[in-house]
Amino acid sequence: MKLKALIGTEVAGKITEKIPDAVVESSEATVVIAPGKTVEVMRFLKEPPDFDFNYLNGVTAVDNNDHFEIVYHLTSITMRHTLCVKARVSDRENPGIASITALWRGAELQEREIFDLMGIRFIGHPNLKRIVLWDGFEGYPLRKDFGKPKA
Amino acid sequence: MPLKTELVTVNMGPHHPSTHGVFRMRVTLDGEVVREMEPMFGYLHRGIEKLAEGRTYTQNIPFTDRLDYVSSMAGNFSYCLSVEKLMGIEVPERAEYLRVIMCELQRMVNHLIAVGFFLNDLGAMMTPLLLMWREREKIVDLFEMACGQRLLYNYIRIGGVSQDVPSEFVPALEKFLDDFPGYFQEFEDLLKGNEILQARTIGTGVISARQAINASMSGPCLRASGVDWDLRRDDSYSIYDRLNFDVIVGKNGDNYDRYRVRMAEIMQSHRIVRQALAKMTDLSPVSSVRARIPKVLRPPKGEVYAAIEAPKGEMGFYLVSDGSAKPYRWHVRAPDFINLGVLRDMVVGSKIADLIVTFGSIDICLASVDR
Repeated sequence: MKLKALIGTEVAGKITEKIPDAVVESSEATVVIAPGKTVEVMRFLKEPPDFDFNYLNGVTAVDNNDHFEIVYHLTSITMRHTLCVKARVSDRENPGIASITALWRGAELQEREIFDLMGIRFIGHPNLKRIVLWDGFEGYPLRKDFGKPKA
Repeated sequence: MPLKTELVTVNMGPHHPSTHGVFRMRVTLDGEVVREMEPMFGYLHRGIEKLAEGRTYTQNIPFTDRLDYVSSMAGNFSYCLSVEKLMGIEVPERAEYLRVIMCELQRMVNHLIAVGFFLNDLGAMMTPLLLMWREREKIVDLFEMACGQRLLYNYIRIGGVSQDVPSEFVPALEKFLDDFPGYFQEFEDLLKGNEILQARTIGTGVISARQAINASMSGPCLRASGVDWDLRRDDSYSIYDRLNFDVIVGKNGDNYDRYRVRMAEIMQSHRIVRQALAKMTDLSPVSSVRARIPKVLRPPKGEVYAAIEAPKGEMGFYLVSDGSAKPYRWHVRAPDFINLGVLRDMVVGSKIADLIVTFGSIDICLASVDR
């Protein structure tokens, strides 16, 4: 049996019905949401009976030079479907997004990891501090401009 | 006069890397009761995700060996599967069987080591560890026969496996499969009525199904809490849909259940290997074991997330391609790392001695936690 990957555009429609202005963009595979609405949208996706995404596979971030993308992979163990949700953060100097640790405990360490390596602050995280690098380490290694001289 | 204790904070570890890695727990104790615990790691951090951005897709395969070096085959498999999904590569049937055989043997190795060291953590239980290590060596001998390596195999490649197994492999594997149940029974008989084992593990380190799902736990830890979830069956990849096996589920989510789930999974893997071997030998022996792919892969622009049921849980790769020969972003979803997130909930309120056992029951490999 294969898990069913939900169509991003269809999910986006349902999110917009419930929370207007929450969806920025959607495609076949993903839904991009407004960073300010993260917790609201994620709670809607998590709660039954609509989507019931009770399992968070993972959180990670991508540095796209002009903006960061926070990528969430969700699975519903009960309804057997999956979805990829993204949020874009464009402030490079002081990027921040709401933490979803209160919804899924599993995000706690992963958000700390992103904070440590990518330098994105998770607002509302219970214990946001460096996790793999030492305190006082300069810069954020997973950023694309890490180690490159400033132009 | 009533006894009074003061809270004291102790750093446990970092200890020897071979058991559970360079890992430290900052524990606040009230007498011998754990009041607070914070896991600390990062001593091994090698920045593999960053390094991988500077190498080609094929060059990155050896990194996946070094993530969880107790189950390297699973790391290989998970990564190759995600690149194949990104590029739409078809894998020859014989290679699929070889992959499944290797990965299930690897699961047996992983669980033998996990259970062996778990019993060792209980104190004074060296015999089961040595017996399990002996069986592990026999499987490692088989791996050596297939790819010349005993730890970092680098056997599974994008589009198949590096080479077909030599002619002496199949009889050697058959002999191992015939002998193994007898030896396995030896462990079971040794441990079945052990009161120390039961007293120390039943009811300790409990995690409920709800908590386990919410904390993104996976693998034997999730199933021990009573969640019937296994990617081999529920998000079937490779040729798992052609094989019969049971998903082992626990009830209480305590240390005993995690131990039992692993023990039962060893025999399920044994069952899978036997079936896969029988089906593979039906195929024509000259069939190829590797798809024809270019030397330098340039996947189309896009991204992919693919995961497998590795011995320790869901191991997935999130890859972003910008169309060049090197990945734009290379992220590992490591089961060990995420399973650690809930350790605090499992140990707060328990005795310090149980903390060691609970930590052992999660079965982590620090190289995969720090990456």
